Amino acid sequence: MSVLRELAGTHYVYWTAMALLGIGLYGMLVKRNLVLKVIGLNIFQSAIVLLWIAAAYKRDATVPVLDQSIPVADPALYMNPLPQTLMLTAIVVGVAITGVAFALLVAIHERFGTLEEDELLERMR
Amino acid sequence: MTPEHLPVLIPLATLVATLVVPFCGQRRGRAAFWVASAGTLAALVFALGGLAHTAGGGRVAYRLAGWQPPVGIELVLDPLSAFLCAVVAAVALLVLAHSRRIAARELAGRLTPFYAAATLLVTGLLGIALTGDLFNLYVFLEISSLAMYALLAVGDARAPVSSFRYLLLGTAGASFYLLGIAFLYMLTGSLNMADVAALLPGVLDSPTATVALVLVALGIGLKMALFPLHAWMPDAYAHASSPAVALIAPIGTKVAAYVLIRFFFFVVDPEHARSALPLLDVVGYLGAIGIVWGSVMAIAQDDLKRMLAYSSVAQAGYLAVGIGLASPLGLIGAVLHVLNHACMKACLFMVSGTLRRELGHSRLSALDARTRRVLPWTSAAFATAALSMIGLPPTAGFFSKWYLALGALERGRWLLLAAILVSTLLSAVYFFRVLERVYLRAPAADAAEIAAPAPVPGEGGIAWATLPTVALAAGLVVLGLLNARIVEVLLRPMLPPGL
Repeated sequence: MSVLRELAGTHYVYWTAMALLGIGLYGMLVKRNLVLKVIGLNIFQSAIVLLWIAAAYKRDATVPVLDQSIPVADPALYMNPLPQTLMLTAIVVGVAITGVAFALLVAIHERFGTLEEDELLERMR
Repeated sequence: MTPEHLPVLIPLATLVATLVVPFCGQRRGRAAFWVASAGTLAALVFALGGLAHTAGGGRVAYRLAGWQPPVGIELVLDPLSAFLCAVVAAVALLVLAHSRRIAARELAGRLTPFYAAATLLVTGLLGIALTGDLFNLYVFLEISSLAMYALLAVGDARAPVSSFRYLLLGTAGASFYLLGIAFLYMLTGSLNMADVAALLPGVLDSPTATVALVLVALGIGLKMALFPLHAWMPDAYAHASSPAVALIAPIGTKVAAYVLIRFFFFVVDPEHARSALPLLDVVGYLGAIGIVWGSVMAIAQDDLKRMLAYSSVAQAGYLAVGIGLASPLGLIGAVLHVLNHACMKACLFMVSGTLRRELGHSRLSALDARTRRVLPWTSAAFATAALSMIGLPPTAGFFSKWYLALGALERGRWLLLAAILVSTLLSAVYFFRVLERVYLRAPAADAAEIAAPAPVPGEGGIAWATLPTVALAAGLVVLGLLNARIVEVLLRPMLPPGL
């Protein structure tokens, strides 16, 4: 029961992130198409970004942008800005990785004419 | 110039080179070469300055943009990071010099992108060594990895496939690391290494901390090709171009081992890492399996580059054993092996690149005494580096294995000791096989003399290939003879206070 109560409270965020992690890993490891593997990788990275953002959340707090009507002196009124800025960087890193991955896929397709792993293994022989 | 700016100047030197190289234009590979070398040389000079300044236990911290830690990012030069920066910059400079001869053939028309990615890789590795912030470390890790994926994707037809596999596993590794530090951040509210080290002891017993440490070890284990997470490495190295592998193999995975050392001995309390959590034991034993497995697989290969790639799996195992011992001797052995192995592997991969340039192949079964007649100095350098890999005194390779074996003895880890000794025999098998061909095997009676391939426009003379290789081989003997000084002056002061 306590698990359900946690789920109904705030812990559903962690469960969602973990489910997404699992889906992403499944896509990377099990899918035989290389594009699907990249999509799995993106889901995997997004799950981690979500987890970080959830860690910055505070109940009854607003986005970390200065608002003259909300006093800055009380940090409980603003969400933690640090994880959000860090995740902006992490998203940029993820985009760069995806870009390089697709560039590699273009090179693979030019040489072997397929992105299906089974056919690729056959044609590389 | 004052010493407090050294931490930022080291990666900045190669970063500036990375940004300038593309302006050299697609055709002018020679200009790109000089810019990249100048940047790396500047980084080396700054790193040696930092090494001199921190010898004996100094610490220089640089606050980027003036932001105070723990919010701002700190670059820290201490004996360990200065040592690693000097190793990375020195090996990178020699490999770049060597590429002047061999890159024009293997990377025809792609010299400018090669030098841009190479300097970006060095920037990332130097940044990893210097940063004092856990998240910044992730960013530098990915910068260096992106450069590695690009470098490894150029080579024979299958290079993009093996590079793509590395990209999947490497990104998963970095993501696991990011997940691990997410939990650490939730626990401590800080990402500055010194700050986390101060805050962590109070919460280290919580399950969250355990999950965080396991995730970091898993992520970095993937990056350093720790058995059984090494699957990407042999293929990626075997299919890529020789200059790229000569750059990545000696220093790329070593820096991942440095991250493990930095994290488990400086951020986490070493006493905890040793006793409460068997994680480091697991790392050590996986390293031992990797040593034996990599050596056995190396024996089965017929191509020199592929054999060296498997031997790199074994060498990553040595570092893992030293880290897993979690004792002063083990750590000294591991850090000394970072230096020694960087020099040995760079030398060996340079030889493989030279063979590909001068003979057109690096198949072991096609080597014989003609190789030695055509390339006497390269063969001699290979012999020296091979003896050092096996671990014969007075070459450098003997001493790091010696410290690791002493550490295993001291901690009573007989299995680790056995793995080190067995792998010495196995590496003797696969290196003497090559030496026997190059020095003793007479060419077949009807074999023609080796004709040098036609020169490629823009490539350097043979001295560009020979000199760096011989310099590293000579360096191996010098490092071996000076090992006691290196350990006392440079390595002892870097040991974490808790050990």
